[in-house]
Amino acid sequence: MITIANEQLNEIREHGVRDHPYECCGLLLGRFSAEGKIVQETYPISNAREESAKRNRFLITPEELMRGERYARGRDLEVVGFYHSHPDCPAVPSQYDLEHAWPTYSYIIVSTTADEARDLFSWEQEPDRSKFNPEEIRVIRG
Amino acid sequence: MPVTISIPAPLRQFAGGQSQISVEAKTAGEALDQLTSTHAALRRHLFNDQNALRNFVNVYLNDEDIRHASGPDTPVKDGDTIMIVPSIAGGAVIESEVAQSLPELSNEEILRYSRHLIMPEVGMQGQRKLKAASVLMIGTGGLGAPVGMYLAAAGVGRIGIVDFDVVEESNLQRQIIHGTKDLGRKKIESARDRLRDINPHIEIETHEARLTSENALRLFRNYDIIVDGTDNFPTRYLVNDACVLTGKPNVYGSIFRFEGQASVFWAEKGACYRCLYPEPPPPGLVPSCAEGGVLGVLPGIVGAIQANETIKIVLGAEDLMINRLLLFDAWTMKFREFKLRKDPKCPVCGENATIKELIDYEEFCGVAAHQAPQPETKLEEISATELNARRLRGDKIQIIDVREPHEFEIARIPGTKLIPLGHVVGRMNEIDPEVETIVHCKGGVRSAKAIQALKRAGYQGRLINLKGGIAAWSDDVDPRVAKY
Repeated sequence: MITIANEQLNEIREHGVRDHPYECCGLLLGRFSAEGKIVQETYPISNAREESAKRNRFLITPEELMRGERYARGRDLEVVGFYHSHPDCPAVPSQYDLEHAWPTYSYIIVSTTADEARDLFSWEQEPDRSKFNPEEIRVIRG
Repeated sequence: MPVTISIPAPLRQFAGGQSQISVEAKTAGEALDQLTSTHAALRRHLFNDQNALRNFVNVYLNDEDIRHASGPDTPVKDGDTIMIVPSIAGGAVIESEVAQSLPELSNEEILRYSRHLIMPEVGMQGQRKLKAASVLMIGTGGLGAPVGMYLAAAGVGRIGIVDFDVVEESNLQRQIIHGTKDLGRKKIESARDRLRDINPHIEIETHEARLTSENALRLFRNYDIIVDGTDNFPTRYLVNDACVLTGKPNVYGSIFRFEGQASVFWAEKGACYRCLYPEPPPPGLVPSCAEGGVLGVLPGIVGAIQANETIKIVLGAEDLMINRLLLFDAWTMKFREFKLRKDPKCPVCGENATIKELIDYEEFCGVAAHQAPQPETKLEEISATELNARRLRGDKIQIIDVREPHEFEIARIPGTKLIPLGHVVGRMNEIDPEVETIVHCKGGVRSAKAIQALKRAGYQGRLINLKGGIAAWSDDVDPRVAKY
């Protein structure tokens, strides 16, 4: 289960709509707890990249992730997952996503159109890498 | 040589919970081999079936990517640190994967929904669609009560509820989602608890707010379907326009006394509420349920129809109530149906729509102007406590009650004269213009109307409106006077 404030979910949705028709992405910073992950803040990753880079299908480079991790550590947080958008496509992970993920992290996917965010789901990889399971999102106000 | 490997947080469960592991190795590749031979479960997350490092897994030796050095053969020395960092992939979806991606049902859920599952029109696929669906209910009153309860029971995976009210005694005659134990509680909390009790497998999101032009679009975007359970025209137009602007279906229901209406307004597929009613009725023409009353079971029937249509939309059923307006009369027990047509000139969903964003609906429905009379017709008011003080002082005043006789039967302020609103002008001569007159009704709206009507008809005496009506009298002066 991932616990996240409604406000942060809206930030993710707004980021997705802003970057449409490109995919947006960002980090989920928070803590791992006995009850799952608790998101404290979102960390949007800049989409200002080369056209060719937009096509290579890696949204967050290791350098960017390490930068995010450093920022998180400074606030006594950890990277607990990632979000990205699927422009004009359902908010479900692809086979490609599955092959490029680790268990435990939350992968939030939001489906976007030019003017709105549609479905938003969180996914967690089965520990044997065989599939993604839908992860319960507990929304808190804030 | 001892080298320290930092284990990323999500993989620690495969490394005995450790965040750092020391290994003896000469190269980076050897270090990883050492690591994954002691912690075998880690290997598949770092290496693919061909034993190569997965392409999204990056290995850093003291902050340098080993791909930029000699790859796995990059030599390591005593005290070096190895970090494993993923790149995060994104990617669109292949169509055939969509069906597989619907949430699975647990065995408990399969048992719970078995009466759905054995019908081919629903089946496993349909039930999973329900689980993946999200519905926003506007209001948890008479209509919202059955809507919420049936949608929760049906297994709609995420239900949002918007309300700002608290549970009052007079709600319980029809708002069956709330109980006597909930009196005084926030409706969203009472409703949430009831829905959770019905179905613990679903997610319930509460939004304690009045739906406004500021928050409607943001709220609606997060849900697939909007169910309108509101009881007033400004909110009804707001729900309609926000649904048109966000492309969401609006499952509509309304109730008054013994009559109900239901339809599905979905601008992409048919008429919207404005195609049917381009303009709101003049304020005050259509009384609210609080003024006109409502048969308690009526919202149960209309709300159940709304829940039914909502579930059909999720399941992809064909015969939705699009372009159909259902009228129901509970007193004669008759259903009638009208065909609706999309209005090409509709200001919000027509070809040349002029409404591109949400407007001020209070103003559109004339409510603001209605509630704030012009200065020249300014209404003189008195509070219940003041009125009582004047009575006790023995001031010469007369009190006119403009409610209906059956309301007078329920409760009355002592020493009042009953002249129902509809007769007040005709029986004007019964009100002595030489004496100060206090006019009251249930809540203060009809009495204000009576004062205006009397003034227009040329009544010369002084007219004062009792603020809050007999309800305020009961609250502030005499609790023995029943509230209704």
